[in-house]
Amino acid sequence: MMHREVIPRVVVKLLLPFILLFGLYVQFHGELGPGGGFQAGVIIAAAVILYGIVFGLSAAKRVAPPALVHTMMPLGVLVFASVGVAGLLAGGNYLDYFVLDPDKVHGQERGIFWVEIGVLISVSGTMTSIYYAFSSRPD
Amino acid sequence: MHLLVAQFSNWGTIILMMIGLYVVVARGNLIKKLVGLSIFQTSVYLLYIGPAKVFGGTAAIISPSFSVYANPLPHVLILTAIVVGVATLALGLALVVRINAAYGSIEEDEIIERERDE
Amino acid sequence: MIVAALAMARLRNLFGVVIIGSIYSFLMALALFMLDAADVSMTEAAVGAGVSTVLLLGTLYLTKISEAPPMRFSVAPLAASIVTGCVLLYGVSGLPEYGDPKSPIHMHVAPDYIKGVLPQTGVPNAVTAVLASYRGYDTLGETTVIFTAGLGVLLLLAGLRKERTRKRERRS
Repeated sequence: MMHREVIPRVVVKLLLPFILLFGLYVQFHGELGPGGGFQAGVIIAAAVILYGIVFGLSAAKRVAPPALVHTMMPLGVLVFASVGVAGLLAGGNYLDYFVLDPDKVHGQERGIFWVEIGVLISVSGTMTSIYYAFSSRPD
Repeated sequence: MHLLVAQFSNWGTIILMMIGLYVVVARGNLIKKLVGLSIFQTSVYLLYIGPAKVFGGTAAIISPSFSVYANPLPHVLILTAIVVGVATLALGLALVVRINAAYGSIEEDEIIERERDE
Repeated sequence: MIVAALAMARLRNLFGVVIIGSIYSFLMALALFMLDAADVSMTEAAVGAGVSTVLLLGTLYLTKISEAPPMRFSVAPLAASIVTGCVLLYGVSGLPEYGDPKSPIHMHVAPDYIKGVLPQTGVPNAVTAVLASYRGYDTLGETTVIFTAGLGVLLLLAGLRKERTRKRERRS
């Protein structure tokens, strides 16, 4: 563990909020510029992984507990699928966005927004779960 | 020469593809094989995105100040392919870890020998 | 990039291979950016240079660090690769020229997408709009694939940890 290496600890502590902020920016600004759910999910997972590498796996597990992260994986898929079901309930076909709102274009924007959030949850949860699974100690 | 310049992205793609293929087939170490497979995958990304570029165009974000855009359709397909590729790599590496725990080695020929002895 | 790929093929020390792999992904992201693919470049940089490297390093941590020297050098794989490469190069020469705006790839569905994205969805980023709305089913399938891969990794590696703790308890 990096108990005596001050520079990585300080620098990572300073950088982490910016990385998380950048990830959220990429997610929500993904409609106006490059970005979107996948990029943002990987960036947020990378922030947690960086924290785990520098401060130790147990510290990372305290911040993002494995139970939460394991639940996030299917939760994202569920969000995506329920946007589709919402389309069904509102009168259109599965995954139709334009029925979600009286103004067609606004309905599309809403559908895209929720779908990208579902992708974000699923991707960040999966990447962090895989990291947790790979960093168990060898004997 | 004109042929080379006009097709240089395709040539680069194919050279990378062949390097990846060679590593997958010729090296016995399992992790090396997976790395070769990912080289192969990245060359396929180039294969799709090379033709999508249009001279004088820009990235596919619609804005009133530009009129010519690169083709967004291959970008979408490759976005999916990249993330699926890393998912496959993760599964493959997990399998390698299990194989190592079961056979004690990640070299292809040693594993085959050990399997023959059992 | 070709130099990096060749170095990865020849290096025996797997740790070096992984680091050069990270550089290779970064170069690939640069190349993709120069090809006007902003979203793809960002994803490749984050995924290839970030997550892939972490996963490979994690696997090296759990297994060995260097590759055994090859038993014998066989010509067959090298010959097969070169022959396949030559055939592919010949086939590729028929493809349209680099950057040509009149090639068939730009003629059919793509202009409709580009024209229709802003009025129909109100989202300027054409790639996000196509990904989430026009081709939303594919994205649903892709999210499911990611979830399944994560599930598979958890199933494979969780049993390993229990096996290891059992072994450690038996030894002590």
